[in-house]
Amino acid sequence: MMKYTESHEWIKLDGDVATVGISDYAAKALGDVVFVELPGVGDDVDAGGELAVVESVKAASEVYAPIAGEVTAVNDALEAAPETVNAAPTEGGWFVKMTVADASALDALMDEDAYKDYCAGL
Amino acid sequence: MNNQGRPTAPDAANTNTLAPKTHSGNQALNQAVQLIFEVGDLATTGIDLPQPKGTKSRLGDQARKGPIGLPGLSEPETMRHYVRLSQKNYAIDLGVYPLGSCTMKHNPRLNEKVARMPGFADVHPLQPIATVQGALELMSELSHWLMTLCNMPAVALTPKAGAHGELCGMMAIRARLDADGQTQRRRVLVPESAHGTNPATAVQCGFTVDEIPASGDGRVNLDALKARIDSNPDDVAGIMLTNPNTCGLFERDIIEIADAIHAAGGYFYCDGANFNALVGRVRPGDLGVDAMHINLHKTFSTPHGGGGPGSGPTVLSDALKDYAPVPYVVQTKEGYDLVENADDKSFGRMCAFHGQMGMYSRALTYMMSHGSDGLRQATEDAVLNANYVQASLSDVMTPAFGGVCMHEALFDDRFLKDTGVDTLDFAKAMIDEGYHPMTMYFPLVVHGAMLIEPTESESKQELDRFIGSMRHLAEKAKAGNVEMFKQAPVYAPMRRLDETQAARKPVLRWVEPEEVGVAAE
Repeated sequence: MMKYTESHEWIKLDGDVATVGISDYAAKALGDVVFVELPGVGDDVDAGGELAVVESVKAASEVYAPIAGEVTAVNDALEAAPETVNAAPTEGGWFVKMTVADASALDALMDEDAYKDYCAGL
Repeated sequence: MNNQGRPTAPDAANTNTLAPKTHSGNQALNQAVQLIFEVGDLATTGIDLPQPKGTKSRLGDQARKGPIGLPGLSEPETMRHYVRLSQKNYAIDLGVYPLGSCTMKHNPRLNEKVARMPGFADVHPLQPIATVQGALELMSELSHWLMTLCNMPAVALTPKAGAHGELCGMMAIRARLDADGQTQRRRVLVPESAHGTNPATAVQCGFTVDEIPASGDGRVNLDALKARIDSNPDDVAGIMLTNPNTCGLFERDIIEIADAIHAAGGYFYCDGANFNALVGRVRPGDLGVDAMHINLHKTFSTPHGGGGPGSGPTVLSDALKDYAPVPYVVQTKEGYDLVENADDKSFGRMCAFHGQMGMYSRALTYMMSHGSDGLRQATEDAVLNANYVQASLSDVMTPAFGGVCMHEALFDDRFLKDTGVDTLDFAKAMIDEGYHPMTMYFPLVVHGAMLIEPTESESKQELDRFIGSMRHLAEKAKAGNVEMFKQAPVYAPMRRLDETQAARKPVLRWVEPEEVGVAAE
């Protein structure tokens, strides 16, 4: 199941590995993404720590790690095709795969409905 | 089409569709501009100089053998190319330039006259001191004016622009902390509405940034700031705060913020980019500021934009003045002299030489020709003009925050809700109206932000014409003229450019057409 942060990242747990990206709302708000800077495989990240940088025609923003863990894979394809973040933010536009230090940390994040309500209030 | 539903290639009908297509591509005074590589030719040369007689080259095998790869143009061809380009450019000398946060005020011609005087314009930084006494006196006088306007005891003139001035201030803070053995103070607090250069500067100086959230009225959240300080006062090196802030608002808790930082043992860096809203009315030294850069190129009317030059002198408080960088001017019995070598306290040197002389002479001319009363009036007029713009547009556009603004008026995009027009389209339509667009999508804390800074340069008549255009566009958007906005600009030499592709795949170098062909194979 997909979970969301207040800073508009999504995270999806699949076995031991979580995939992280930015939400459709974030991709729309940013406008056309022109550059994505990804972390190194093997980097340790803290919950709320900087995970990646995304640059659009409007702004440059940080992408934060929803939970703590270690980066196990990054979506290199975004370097050549950053537009994928706009086209399919929750699928081909994923940013990183990471280990999950503590799966219960996911419980504190919003589910789909709660995130929808959260965005509507912005 | 890109993701925002805009075409990714220029419109085929790139110019006025009613006019017949000309053979030359020119449209009367609207001259077509080719790349300089297309005007000239790599194989020819536009100048013809005889080989100097009686000289022998000592380059040996270092002499260039191949072609230099530059087009050969004659002087008139070169001249026309750049004049044509310049005619496509928007400038403060052409019309209202309301680019918020940039302070595009008029550059008085008197400044130019003084800056061109040979004693200021033609001096060399390695000239004997005795031959540059006038230039040094000007730097000393400028320092005096800046310190007086700020009520601060020291100023470092050399920083080359705003961000360089920030670096100067933060390096002075770091030098003081290190001298006091306070090496555990490595965190700098930065409000989320800060200029992007603020956190970058802090990191450049080896600090870690803690972001402080804004309150609902666009100012620093004082409670959040105090809570952050209380959580660990001993690691706080200082705060970097812009006042007036990037929302064009005066930080009304600024003295309390300064007191809280000082009580914790940290220092107060104020980003002085918006000092033009305070000159003659508020002295930063009275607010508890320890370091602040001043953008001579904004506040004191020296020409800027398009990459420079700037100048960012940085004033320092009693606590930091001993740590100021070299060089600086001192007055002795024999005249003016330069202190070039750092003592054990100064953090060192930021520039090879003595800073931007051309900016110094222009800024001091502006100050002295206005006088203290004139500078105060310029400040008051800049704030009045911004408030006049905000008040005149409040019924058709949506100010981001209520109340009185300082030198710039900030609108958000609520008035465009459900119109199908966004901030970018609105800005493009302003080009058709003959104005440089306002700053857009900045500050980031405001949705679809439009930041307008009219400065004191505009008369009421000029402002009324500008306001008339803005009202016209706002009403057109609300009346459903989406197509007009999506097509804009239609009167510009080039229509809407593909900003997305330009950012994703920038073409930064001209390549010979043959090479393009080879690369494609």
